[in-house]
Amino acid sequence: MVLPQVASSPPAGVGPGGTSPILSVDGLVVRYGAAVVLDGVSLEVGAGEMVALIGPNGAGKTTLLNTLSGILSASSGTIVRRGRLAHVPEGRELFPELCVDDNLRLGAWRAASRDPAEVYELFPKLQSLARRRAGNLSGGEQQMVAIGRALMAKPELLAIDELSQGLAPTVVQEISRYLVRLNVETGLSVLLVEQNARLALELCPRAYVLETGRIVADGPSGHLREQPAVQRAYLGGHVTT
Amino acid sequence: MSTLAQYLITGVSQGFLLALLATGFVIIYRVTKVVNFAQGAFVVLGGFIAYSLLGVGVPHGISELLAVLASAAIGLVFGAVTILGKMGPTASLMTTIGLAIFSEAIAMLVWGTVPLTFSGLSGHDIEIGGVFVQPQYLLLIGVSIVVLAILWLVLDRTYVGKAMTACASNPYAARLSGINVKAMGLLSFAIGGALGGLGGVLVTPLFPLTYDSDVNLAILGFAAAIVGGLTSPGLALAGGLAFGVTEELVAGYWSAANQTAVALGLMILLLLWQSHRRQRVEQFV
Ligand SMILES: Nc1ncnc2c1ncn2[C@@H]1O[C@H](COP(=O)(O)OP(=O)(O)OP(=O)(O)O)[C@@H](O)[C@H]1O
Ligand SMILES: [Mg+2]
Repeated sequence: MVLPQVASSPPAGVGPGGTSPILSVDGLVVRYGAAVVLDGVSLEVGAGEMVALIGPNGAGKTTLLNTLSGILSASSGTIVRRGRLAHVPEGRELFPELCVDDNLRLGAWRAASRDPAEVYELFPKLQSLARRRAGNLSGGEQQMVAIGRALMAKPELLAIDELSQGLAPTVVQEISRYLVRLNVETGLSVLLVEQNARLALELCPRAYVLETGRIVADGPSGHLREQPAVQRAYLGGHVTT
Repeated sequence: MSTLAQYLITGVSQGFLLALLATGFVIIYRVTKVVNFAQGAFVVLGGFIAYSLLGVGVPHGISELLAVLASAAIGLVFGAVTILGKMGPTASLMTTIGLAIFSEAIAMLVWGTVPLTFSGLSGHDIEIGGVFVQPQYLLLIGVSIVVLAILWLVLDRTYVGKAMTACASNPYAARLSGINVKAMGLLSFAIGGALGGLGGVLVTPLFPLTYDSDVNLAILGFAAAIVGGLTSPGLALAGGLAFGVTEELVAGYWSAANQTAVALGLMILLLLWQSHRRQRVEQFV
């Protein structure tokens, strides 16, 4: 989309979300051996913005997040971050034999404070599970621990990989509400990777579509929802609002 | 009666030596998932280094301390060789066996093939239950108890200990949390080295060591560690004591040639019993 007038385009240094970016990725290329998995990905997340990244299995979403976290290295492109990033990995990846409280505290390895009080305030349910082994919790509880553990790093940007994976719709709604609350109350920026495009486009005002390592569409979620290609591929052919 | 008591004292001392080794196995495994078969080499090198330091006139206490620190450093080097690459568990196991054989060669070159010993804690023998016990036995037992207790507390109760557990539990998540997984692995190897070296300096005055004592020690230490599934320091201690005492009783009442075979037979029985028990438990988990 070409902006018609200079005046209506955002001032310099301001991202498409309307605020200065907390994360800008430009021309990112990531390979596993000879296979190019991310092929020139560029995206931005503004400060305080919630941005969705949707795309089919194998598109490279997890690879992108792992590269942002420094687990993988890029073969070219740039990543500029203004603030701490915490990553809630696909499949939760808790420390199953440690208790909930220990899982949370370990998230603060690099942070100044190890006190999980704020996480318990956000997820009151976790308080009563504090001494339980993380491996024995339900999927929804585990997702709360995974998000809580990431929050313990006091991030400015939270990257979540597959928030809804394996969770009942009501649990997804519950956790989504917590996320929106965090975003609104603390200004936390969120990059949400989701298979469930409907959910992602609902939660996040702006989104990117990643297919086989390339961003094929991006823009306000409302616009994306209207695009026939997006509808066919991600929304089951029709939109319900 | 007093012979039995004598065997028990010797067995318990041997047991604590095995427990120090087993705890080394456990700590390294818990953090890195590597079975470090070079664990016995730390005992031999620690004992020999202390022997040489004492030989050049470094006083008792300082010699032993330096030998333990040197063993920790050797552990660090072994750890670097084993975990800094991207070896899988089988390759790293083989690497540690290679390192053990390499240390034997070095030990033989430097110290020769004769069993070495040095005088331990001086003082009169102490009477316990009708037998006279050299103070060195009590030193070995006492120091082991203190060190193992401290380690257990550190591993189970402190933040660093939990971070070490996290590295073994889920290295990917540990990295995402900002924990330096490789550094924790190196730390565990250094602790393993120090534990082995400590065993070495404490035991050499009681049971002289040769350059190749490490193999037997590593096997028995591993046997003790595996009683706790390679993850429980408490059960590793129990295993160490069980094998140490069994060995001494077999050696005393039957024949020293059979002591290790019987101890390992006992290990197999324990493993079989545990696997049955685990299956029953798993049905309810
Ligand atoms: N360690 C690896 N080695 C080689 N190829 C890999 C590796 N990890 C992922 N890939 C490949 O990279 C591509 C992108 O994988 P990635 O996990 O990033 O996709 P994704 O978008 O997260 O998919 P999903 O929605 O299924 O989680 C896939 O083709 C995958 O097979
Ligand atoms: Mg993925």
